[in-house]
Amino acid sequence: MFESWKVKMNHQSRPTLHASRNTQHATRIAYLVLFLALLFASFSSASAQSSAPTDDEVNAIARQLYCPVCESTPLDVCPTDACKEWREQIRTLLAEGKTEEEIFEYFEQQYGARVLAEPPREGFFWLMYLIPPVIILAGVVILFRSMSDWRKKPAPVEVEADEIPAAKDDYLARMEEELKKQK
Amino acid sequence: MTEQTNIEKKGVALWVQIVVWVFIVGLLALVGFGLNKARNPMAALNEPVPDFDLVYYEGYEYKDTPQMKLSDFRGKVLVVNIWASWCKPCEQEAPDLEEAWQLYKDGDDVVFVGVAYVDTPAGSSQYLKKFNITFPNAPDLQSNISSILNRQMGVPETYFIDREGILRHVKIGPFGSVNEIQKVIEGIQ
Repeated sequence: MFESWKVKMNHQSRPTLHASRNTQHATRIAYLVLFLALLFASFSSASAQSSAPTDDEVNAIARQLYCPVCESTPLDVCPTDACKEWREQIRTLLAEGKTEEEIFEYFEQQYGARVLAEPPREGFFWLMYLIPPVIILAGVVILFRSMSDWRKKPAPVEVEADEIPAAKDDYLARMEEELKKQK
Repeated sequence: MTEQTNIEKKGVALWVQIVVWVFIVGLLALVGFGLNKARNPMAALNEPVPDFDLVYYEGYEYKDTPQMKLSDFRGKVLVVNIWASWCKPCEQEAPDLEEAWQLYKDGDDVVFVGVAYVDTPAGSSQYLKKFNITFPNAPDLQSNISSILNRQMGVPETYFIDREGILRHVKIGPFGSVNEIQKVIEGIQ
């Protein structure tokens, strides 16, 4: 009976030993899976962080746009809540993989060309590019012409001594005489 | 002693003068034409409102149609509220507008349309959810609608258009109560 018990015990202990080994094995696998999951999570988090647009990237685009509400304020320095929302919109668009041009296009479609620091080179906006150089050119031409006129201006005419009228000559003679008397 | 000397002043050639003047007049005409073309027709009180169209935000359509045209609303009183999520006074009147809409929406005689002025989609969405707005809403793309309605001060501004499409009342600033909104609508009806 004892033998049988021993056998039984041995027989019973074997599955226990197997179970312990299996548990250890399963635990190791679980640790490995957990480790790999953590590793993957940290990698994906790192890659997400690296793909998230930085403030500098957002501001590089924002400074080429103007606040649609507050006049003449570039979006990168505008302190209002509305401007913060627009900067966040730029960040969202950058995160979606939109290019700078596509973001400008989006802002133009939403808020009009007035938000663009550089107006589009089309239609009526061409005047903004043409008028300043034409005015500068006209100014240069006028300046050049004026300067050449100033150069051509004759020097004061020298009057010869013998051209002085006689009456004035007498007057001078008298003056000199008076001066001599005073001395 | 001074001597008068005749300095012959050389004038600008006539053809140059003509070219310069033609250029200046042409430029001014071009600027005037461009400005006139760029300008939207504007609404005036007791005058018909120029027709415009809007594309609603998803989930804020009117009778499941994705877009509207002002002329489609002939025969109804149209209340156009211009707002923005960054506008604090708009928050003040938002619950009143929604409450007023609840009073009229089943009658199908008065329609409310919200127009988000220079706003971000995220900001607009948050605002509409925050105040449980259910009436139709749309963005004011390129500020066209506020330009047509001749927005005067800022936001909020509300425009009441009668059944014939004539602008009958403009409210500048937020409404103080639901009663105030009702009074204006009843005055038009």
